[in-house]
Amino acid sequence: MLKLKSLDDFRTLQDRLRTGRDSDIPTIVIPAGTCGQASGASDIIRVAKREILAKELTGKVKLRITGCHGFCQIEPSVLIEPARTVYPNVGLKEMARIVEAVAKGEVLTDLLLKDPQTGEQIEKQDDLPFFSKQVRTLLDRNEKVDPIRVYNYLEHGGYSSLVKALDKRNPAWVIEQVKASGLRGRGGAGFPTGLKWEMLAKQPNGREKFLVCNADEGDPGAYMDRSVLEGNPHSIIEGMLIGAYGTGSKHGVIYVRNEYPLAIKHLIIALRQASELSLLGENILGTGFSFDIQIVRGAGAFVCGEETALIRSIEGKMGEPRQRPPFPIQKGIDGKPTAINNVETWANIPVIIDSEAEAFAKTGTKNNSGTKIFSLVGKIRNTGLVEVPMGITIEEIVYDIGGGPSGKAKIKAVQTGGPSGGCIPADKFDLAVDYDSLTEAGSIMGSGGMIVMDENTCMVDVAKYFMNFLKDESCGKCFTCRKGTQRMYEILDDISAGKGTPEHLDLLEELAVVVRDTTMCGLGQTAPNPVLSTLRYFRDEYLEHIENKRCPAGVCRELIHYSINENCVGCQACVKACPEGAITGEKKQPHTIDADKCIKCGACRSVCKFEAVDVT
Amino acid sequence: MAETGIETILQEHPSAGRDSLIPILQEIQEDQGYLSTEAVTRVGEHLNLPASKIYGVATFYNQFRFQPKGKYHITICRGTACHVKGSGNVLDMAMKRLKLEPGQTTRDRLFSLETVACMGACGLAPVVNINGEFYAKITPQKLARIIEQFREEESTNAEG
Repeated sequence: MLKLKSLDDFRTLQDRLRTGRDSDIPTIVIPAGTCGQASGASDIIRVAKREILAKELTGKVKLRITGCHGFCQIEPSVLIEPARTVYPNVGLKEMARIVEAVAKGEVLTDLLLKDPQTGEQIEKQDDLPFFSKQVRTLLDRNEKVDPIRVYNYLEHGGYSSLVKALDKRNPAWVIEQVKASGLRGRGGAGFPTGLKWEMLAKQPNGREKFLVCNADEGDPGAYMDRSVLEGNPHSIIEGMLIGAYGTGSKHGVIYVRNEYPLAIKHLIIALRQASELSLLGENILGTGFSFDIQIVRGAGAFVCGEETALIRSIEGKMGEPRQRPPFPIQKGIDGKPTAINNVETWANIPVIIDSEAEAFAKTGTKNNSGTKIFSLVGKIRNTGLVEVPMGITIEEIVYDIGGGPSGKAKIKAVQTGGPSGGCIPADKFDLAVDYDSLTEAGSIMGSGGMIVMDENTCMVDVAKYFMNFLKDESCGKCFTCRKGTQRMYEILDDISAGKGTPEHLDLLEELAVVVRDTTMCGLGQTAPNPVLSTLRYFRDEYLEHIENKRCPAGVCRELIHYSINENCVGCQACVKACPEGAITGEKKQPHTIDADKCIKCGACRSVCKFEAVDVT
Repeated sequence: MAETGIETILQEHPSAGRDSLIPILQEIQEDQGYLSTEAVTRVGEHLNLPASKIYGVATFYNQFRFQPKGKYHITICRGTACHVKGSGNVLDMAMKRLKLEPGQTTRDRLFSLETVACMGACGLAPVVNINGEFYAKITPQKLARIIEQFREEESTNAEG
């Protein structure tokens, strides 16, 4: 690969790549992130390649493999450029037909997605309700670039923000821009990024400084960072390079979850390519600026998302947080000043430098500028990643973009912020999504998980689930966190088993306050949120468990049992579905459930078409 | 796949310091499938750390296993999206069927079971991963059928 020796070398290469691009040639774009591959994207890619060769379409039809586009529900999907036609849930035979149609410039109307409400077919991706309300500053790039081809990234303006910053010959300009953009940390706490960088830049010269990309996306139910790492790894590298130039840092570390093998693979490839082009390493583009990046794989500990724990993990120790101050900005990796930012924060940096702060700050609201990616999952029709301007309401995300509930049951709440967050009830869905409003409502923005819950979700069970997670993940350093989360879990377990008393609720609230006030790190301080927020908004559900020994959602196993009512037509669907063989009955005769064998898994209920399975 | 061996991995980290501990353990686990007592002792000698320290670090992180993996390594996602869509029932069924707790391996070394906090494939919830392959929108009966299939394959292989 070409070694670029100066800023002009870079510009020449980029111009050449841009002019060489023929954007009129129809291109088949196949998203193949982890979810895409799990849904069968690799197979349709193989068919597409084979068909292009067999039909001698090389040069007439192009193929681009990209990261995730965000709409998980329709994967494996195919996008045709420049027409922007989208085909959902593509099978192998359909793929072969699509290749042929693209070559002829036709649209296969029978394969298009139908609007669930109107039944109308929608051809263009941007007309799908899922996409039309989004502002896709970051996710758009996932469609444009093949993550393992650096030239593809350059062609679409990649690394030109870095060159722009270097060309100013004034690191302070970078920090001014990031400060003026109003960008706040996308990891969840919302600390102003520009301010953090300014503090790092002011650390005495001569001390080595570190930049860290926190890609230890530990919140269960959140995967936007994975999608950016897999789909556009160079944007993270470019963001870190710009940050390093602004703050005078020499070393970078990307701390990434080991559960994301594809993201790690793409990062390794991207780092190698950047070094080969002289965009990383010593004397970058001949400007005298040097920066290197190393990958550290996490080993699976939720608490390592906390910055001091993350630093200890990088140093090869147990990931226990320590008291702050001194903050990592003063004493971080090996005692050197260190600034830690989340993946999505880094991905925003090239955007800010490119469009400049004022333009960036126009999106979103006053103290919450820019866009935020959420993972909209759970009991929702359109699951996937959605990128929206800050300040949009939950209602718009859940109903307009998400398309409402996935089944017949009504949506009851959304859970934001992972185990540190809380549940927001449906009557509060007019709430604007930004750092401050969510905190006020008893939840937090967090890294961006948004789990939709419907009437079949039990809020006591949700609180118990999170407390179980937190008691396992508590590092154990603070006694109140170690034992407090354990006790809260036990109380919730008792309530869900029908052994709860009204006094338990008072005890839960008391414990919650103690854990919040007497623990050292974010994990403990926010651990009571799932309990407090469900108690605040769904107290009647707790009382139903305690007073009437009933689980209204039909989830808590000790309080429910399954039976078959007179609607049963004897179709045997449930007999086949039951993993324990607990259901008996002849064909066309009403079936019965053996309560001793029943494990209450709900398999029968989910397959029954006649609403003949009761949960009481 | 042939094993690289602990010694080769250690040779690739000459004069390694404490910060290499986790990467070395990760590489050994990838190669051997788990961390054996011998492996931990050898790493201790190499890094000049007592085995107790290494166990301290290794047991702190969820990822490290101390029992060999089964031929079919079943990982069940326990993320929030998977949970509200019923992954708890999937896990209970697997534990009952295989008579295993997460982190354990069957005596015949055929199956091992593990849970993970979140695989980040929430759009496909509930998700199970078997030997690196994803199974989307899984239900207890689907997983039961998959397990039965593996068992049948094994018994026909043994006979054939």
